[in-house]
Amino acid sequence: MTEPLLCDLSVPGRIGMRYPEPDVPLAELPVLLRQDLPLPELSEVDVVRHFTHLSKLNYNIDQGMYPLGSCTMKYNPKINEDTARLPGFALSHPLQPIETIQGNLLLMYELQKWLGEIGGFAGMTLQPAAGAQGELTGVLIIRAYFKSRGETKRTKILIPDSAHGTNPATSAMSGMQVVELKSDERGNVNLEALKSHCDETLAGLMLTNPNTLGLFDENVIEVCRLVHEAGGLVYGDGANMNALLGIVRPGDLGIDVMHYNLHKTFSTPHGGGGPGSGPVGVAAHLVDFLPYPVVDIIEEGDEDMPPLYGFVQPKQSIGRVKSFHGQFGMMVRAYTYIRMLGPEGLRRVAEHAVLNANYLMHLLKDYYHLAYDRPCMHEFVVEGQWDDAPEIHALDISKRMMDYNLHPPTNYFPLIVHEALMIEPTETESKQTLDKFVEVMREIAREAHETPEVLKSAPHITPVGRLDEVKAAKELVLCCGVESIAD
Amino acid sequence: MFIPHTQEDREEMLRTIGISNLDDLFQDVPAPHRFPDLNLPPALTEMEVLQEMQSIAVSNESMEDMICFLGAGAYHHYVPSVVDAIIRRGEFLTAYTPYQPELSQGTLQAIFDYQSLITALTDMDVSNASHYDGSTAVAEAVAMAHANFRGKRNRVVVSPALHPHYRQNLRTYNQGSEIEIVGDEDLSSLSKGPEALEDLIDLNTALVIVQYPDFFGRVYDYTRLADKVHAAGALLAVSVNPIALGLFTPPGKFGADIVTGEGQPLGIPLSFGGPYLGILATRMEYVRKMAGRLVGETVDNRGQRAYVLTLTAREQHIRREKATSNICTNQGLMALAATVYMSTLGKHGLRQVSELCYHKAHYAARSIGSLPGFSLWSDQPFFNEFVVKCPGPVDEINMYLLSEGILGGYNLGNDYPELANHMLIAVTEMNSRDDIDMLADVLAEVSND
Ligand SMILES: Cc1ncc(COP(=O)(O)O)c(C=O)c1O
Repeated sequence: MTEPLLCDLSVPGRIGMRYPEPDVPLAELPVLLRQDLPLPELSEVDVVRHFTHLSKLNYNIDQGMYPLGSCTMKYNPKINEDTARLPGFALSHPLQPIETIQGNLLLMYELQKWLGEIGGFAGMTLQPAAGAQGELTGVLIIRAYFKSRGETKRTKILIPDSAHGTNPATSAMSGMQVVELKSDERGNVNLEALKSHCDETLAGLMLTNPNTLGLFDENVIEVCRLVHEAGGLVYGDGANMNALLGIVRPGDLGIDVMHYNLHKTFSTPHGGGGPGSGPVGVAAHLVDFLPYPVVDIIEEGDEDMPPLYGFVQPKQSIGRVKSFHGQFGMMVRAYTYIRMLGPEGLRRVAEHAVLNANYLMHLLKDYYHLAYDRPCMHEFVVEGQWDDAPEIHALDISKRMMDYNLHPPTNYFPLIVHEALMIEPTETESKQTLDKFVEVMREIAREAHETPEVLKSAPHITPVGRLDEVKAAKELVLCCGVESIAD
Repeated sequence: MFIPHTQEDREEMLRTIGISNLDDLFQDVPAPHRFPDLNLPPALTEMEVLQEMQSIAVSNESMEDMICFLGAGAYHHYVPSVVDAIIRRGEFLTAYTPYQPELSQGTLQAIFDYQSLITALTDMDVSNASHYDGSTAVAEAVAMAHANFRGKRNRVVVSPALHPHYRQNLRTYNQGSEIEIVGDEDLSSLSKGPEALEDLIDLNTALVIVQYPDFFGRVYDYTRLADKVHAAGALLAVSVNPIALGLFTPPGKFGADIVTGEGQPLGIPLSFGGPYLGILATRMEYVRKMAGRLVGETVDNRGQRAYVLTLTAREQHIRREKATSNICTNQGLMALAATVYMSTLGKHGLRQVSELCYHKAHYAARSIGSLPGFSLWSDQPFFNEFVVKCPGPVDEINMYLLSEGILGGYNLGNDYPELANHMLIAVTEMNSRDDIDMLADVLAEVSND
């Protein structure tokens, strides 16, 4: 049974919300008055039922394991939702005088410090809205750095072929030239290819480490050294920081600038697509280029007086990347999370994320071909295809997993692995859950060989079956009440 | 707590992998840098962390403690209880981006509902699934227009009455591009309105950007500007406050090609500036240049109506450096909040909120404008915000207001030096007549001093 759309549920005359009558004399209504406001008419009950029905059509972490590689779908602690809604936070305006928002500023100041400590960076901005915007911030910082040194020829950004699509898209948006770097046969950055691009036009390298194959680059120190020797900077895509908490600080390895994803590593919920939060850490030579404003202590405290927190403007700032101060509600959640884990807890997160991934990899590698057969970090990639079952694709395996009440891994990414299935269990899944996952994956591998049709026709138990994506793109019905443009 | 492993589980798993302890998992990490001591405060329990967070939160002054007349792009509106009840559901809150449509119809259909409501509100053909906020949505409008002319038109004309943060953001986004931003630094045109932009529009102009109501709260009919823009072959982008569209003619009616906006007033708490919601809508002919995700209707293999992410070949995960934008994660949950808000208020409720804001703001403007030493800066029609010239520095007046429990308006001198001593005052349905009278009374004391 499909749930109707809001516009189909509308009944003329229904009211969902009443407001008090005006308590002031009425002003004359404007000339530019709107004639028609075609919004639905629903009661509150209609609204709650509609969205409750819709919610039941969603898979989610509260329900079960969500092993999407590169997405770090860990459990989102409930306390975070309560702390973010404390009225002092949720009901404060971004433009209040700083004297009235010392709590917010203290929280941001501490979070800047903690993230800097975790990643090994001297300076931090919390402003970027998500990972991709953190990348934009970072690449613009690199650009501004070279501009300040008069090295305007440095416009080339090297991006490994295993990188996420946001890396090249960001570099292009920043006005840089994108050059793809091949990976070597162990999944590391290919040093020879890197050397061949190390010239006076090199601005930098965008390195995801561990990379999207789940592998820690064995030559990371050498990679950073080569880029630096050529006068370039190394950008770190910190999407995979969950593997490194308390294990190693990217800044110590030579990364100059890196974004974090609070919506991955630091447990803020994904919300069906966002909001995220993508703070950026920088080494000392880049702090002057951070977006403004940055939170700092503007008057030192003493025994009787706490310090006064405020906003400062970095000297050669790239500018503002977002209105106001970033995704503050996500910062409150991440602060709560870090505060509850402490340094040992953070290290335990990384250890168990990596333990879980290696455990799964070990139990699956006789059933699925491993893209790279070496110990992994927090995720690993298998091929969703067999020579003796050639008609089966990664997509079929994914759809079949749904029949076992599991969410599939990431499909078809990274692009360098044929029929990729990228599996990231995260630390919040128990051994029992992982064992069950292995059992299902082995069963699907057996089915792929013996009864491939059940994979081809999967999923069978989901609210909807496989969708006609071509029809969606051809007819472009993008809102209700509109006929398809193909008609 | 959040890691379920027992000692036995761990040992068995290590045995299976064939290593003896957890440290062995990290052989690839350069030894000299392995396992740093992190200088972070020690762990707290849930009970303790809640106490700490409460004590930080109460050290702020919030809308629980003050009467709010501050807006300038973020507004204190009533959020019906149903909004949070829905967005807190784990089914929405803890789901990922709907890449597997068979397991994500809830999110997908809710986004489709969102797209439908936004197109109805703005009178556009398509809305994306959300952008980060009002400022980044404007930045994407520039990228859209630039791509629409295949990079051959490089001028963007921006109204000085576009939110200062949005204008700063435009410059940040375009510092590596060939785009030239003009118009917004000519502050002599501040009091003139949109006609001042007309002379700047030439055949190299890709986009003209205005705000509706503008940053100073003024409402202009942009029909004539739209005609001039289109005569030059350029596009018009209008950045809106969605609540105003409950009362005022939608931008689609006067010829906007792209509508952006800050969706925060639609049921999203102030939360010190985020997470908010970037609205981005356009006409069908520009859909392929648009940033961000789109949900389309289709059918499944059982013949049922169903929803799926569509036109993904615009996006970074397919098109990489040729993508329309780098955006990936968006503001999904905030779009859901806005959807629940708009469907709960509906046709009548949204109009009612808009009218309440309008009438109360006009009452406030009349009261304050007639105080000795204070005067209204503009006689242009306005919605829920207006500018008053004050008898002294705004920051000083605001400190006095604060001592009386009032959060005063925005100091325009921060961004517009010639508007020193000018305050931007916002009024919403949250302000009672008593609140407004109190503001006027306290301001009267200021002018008497
Ligand atoms: C490796 C990697 N880089 C960058 C991103 C982009 O981050 P966001 O979606 O927060 O913009 C992602 C997210 O999916 C990712 O997995």
